[in-house]
Amino acid sequence: MGASSSTESNLMAGLQRNLSKIVVAPSFAASLFFVYGFILWTAWMAFSKSRMMPVYDWAGLRQYERLWQMERWHVAIENLLIFGGLFIVICLFLGCLLAVLLDQRIRAEGVLRTIFLYPMALSFIVTGTVWKWILNPGLGLEKMMHDLGWASFKFDWLVNSDFAIYTVVIAAVWQASGFVMAMFLAALRGVDQDIIRAAYMDGASLPRIYFGIIIPSIRPVFLSAIVVLAHLAVKSFDLVIALTGGGPGYSSDLPATFMYTMAFQRNQLGISAASAMMMLATVMAIIVPYLYSELRGGKKNG
Amino acid sequence: MKLSKSILAAGVGIAALASATLAHAQPTAEVLHWWTSGGEAKAVAALKKDFEEHGGKWEDSPVAGGAGDAAMTVLRSRVLSGDAPSAVQLKGPAIQEWAEQGALANLDDVAKKEDWDAVIPKRIQDIMKYDGDYVAVPVNIHRVNWIWSNPELLAKVGAKEGPKTWKEFNELAEKLKAAGITPLAHGGQPWQDATIFETVVLGMGGPEFYQKALVDLDEDALKSDTMKKVFDEMRTIRGYVDPDFPGRDWNLATAMVMNGKAAMQIMGDWAKGEFLAAGKVPGKDFLCSATPADNGNGFLFNTDSFAMFKVSGEDKIEGQKLLAELIMGKKFQKTFNLLKGSIPARTGVSLDDFDECAKKSAADMEADQKTGGFLPSMAHGMALPGHLSGAIVDVVTAHFNSDMSSDEAVNRLVEAVELAKD
Repeated sequence: MGASSSTESNLMAGLQRNLSKIVVAPSFAASLFFVYGFILWTAWMAFSKSRMMPVYDWAGLRQYERLWQMERWHVAIENLLIFGGLFIVICLFLGCLLAVLLDQRIRAEGVLRTIFLYPMALSFIVTGTVWKWILNPGLGLEKMMHDLGWASFKFDWLVNSDFAIYTVVIAAVWQASGFVMAMFLAALRGVDQDIIRAAYMDGASLPRIYFGIIIPSIRPVFLSAIVVLAHLAVKSFDLVIALTGGGPGYSSDLPATFMYTMAFQRNQLGISAASAMMMLATVMAIIVPYLYSELRGGKKNG
Repeated sequence: MKLSKSILAAGVGIAALASATLAHAQPTAEVLHWWTSGGEAKAVAALKKDFEEHGGKWEDSPVAGGAGDAAMTVLRSRVLSGDAPSAVQLKGPAIQEWAEQGALANLDDVAKKEDWDAVIPKRIQDIMKYDGDYVAVPVNIHRVNWIWSNPELLAKVGAKEGPKTWKEFNELAEKLKAAGITPLAHGGQPWQDATIFETVVLGMGGPEFYQKALVDLDEDALKSDTMKKVFDEMRTIRGYVDPDFPGRDWNLATAMVMNGKAAMQIMGDWAKGEFLAAGKVPGKDFLCSATPADNGNGFLFNTDSFAMFKVSGEDKIEGQKLLAELIMGKKFQKTFNLLKGSIPARTGVSLDDFDECAKKSAADMEADQKTGGFLPSMAHGMALPGHLSGAIVDVVTAHFNSDMSSDEAVNRLVEAVELAKD
């Protein structure tokens, strides 16, 4: 009797000790399979001759070669650099600026903060559609200016194949900069007020305090913001589809829209998988150094 | 390849065991399609009604979205898991691609009984057959190379009908432009750019050149001087569209012609549906004419069809045969095409109830079949499999939307086709 109750309590204790692991196990297994399993599958497909249906005949690096010979892929990569670069830089700048301005203990801060943050609550499809109307020369801004009498006003980036990608930047910045602002605002509020007061005492000007003390002390937030924005940029798909449809021609194609076209419209599963692996590599190039520095930093602290 | 086939075979085997007990059941057909709106939805409902009146059980599987992309994704996963629908809306060389996978059923019994060889145009038969066996049935014939024009605007510059040659087209467009009228309503989407492109190839090069360049992908034709002239004409046409054209949907371009904002549109006869739905009368409120032909008349067709997938079980096989027979039947071909704006894909259907443009389409089709001008459309996936036509469309749309020279466009065209082939 005593022995059985002790094994029972042992079991219970073991269960309790491992409860968290047991609870997490299903989702761990699911993500192992659905995320990492499918990444491996995609990697494999990129080495195959797959066209309409997945096949597993080894093709070596042929799909990557074909990918890099395609003019359209070069346009997509170039666009990603333009879009990603401008999107991250402008969002950081605007987000930081708005946060600093809002940090001045102004009236109606709550209302303003909400207004700036709200675009993030919209789906990219909505943002894209609205900006498509605003930027369409015959419908939106340009027409409004003409109606108001400013006949020489011209803003046709949306329909100009050299500039269409910049309209994607405009819409994406509008959507995401409020979010970056919120991140910075939280960080600014976390800066030790005593240091700032001490700097005041020493007669430092306000800009000096910001550039010399506050902004350097919130450096980690910059890193987080860059990582969040960079992966938004690499995976952006719906915004382009709604705003420009990849056009005019394919001048505003991004890697994600390229991949969709190849997989679902052209029956080129192999090339599509190769482009997906290139996108993964791009994201890894950003995330891995970040994770590395984070994890190492964590050890130091712990 | 091998793996997918064995999965397929295993799936079919299991399904066969499961349904072996259900002999002499009601004929059943599951139909996968993306005709979910407007006249198309009505047309499918007509088929469903017909099928049920003949004692069949119809299982509807509509997959909306992405002009069929979503449906194709569903189809791929269904076939991979060995559970293919009976009939799938498929067209052009995609039928051959699925047949190569061994996924399509043989319809020769029905074809022989109904004598399809005698009633379906030869070029369309070729698309519906794999290795000489029928695997799909056509439902309609759309003509792609039409010019829809607004007679009132044409009258302003003294024209009574659509231009007959590309030279005439350019002269007419210049006159319209001088009169302050947008000559051409166009939507800047790659498939629409390609639609204009293929009509120019047909018109300037003639049917034989079209066949060589856009069906056989003959390299000499692709880099010929004629092709350069075609790109020159595309550049000229670029000057005849309004500045806001990029991204515009085709039906909005049609509305521009309807509302007198532009004089002409080059588009297939699904555009006619827009005019008719707005209560416009052909010949009076709008005109239909074939696109200019400098080198012999031509007819670019775009045919929708249902491919029949291998299914097992008496009920499903019977259902499939019944469905195929009904689709090719005169009754369905008439109802469907009246609703869709196209013409029947078989002979022997009375055209009395059809409008003037449809009658012209049917007459031209008959004439052009004799001269070899009855050709599959490249822009609408009838002539080439997706990866090849996609490569061509990329070059066409990049040229149309930039200041690329015709020489460069031709070089890129040859390169892109070469790359997509291997």
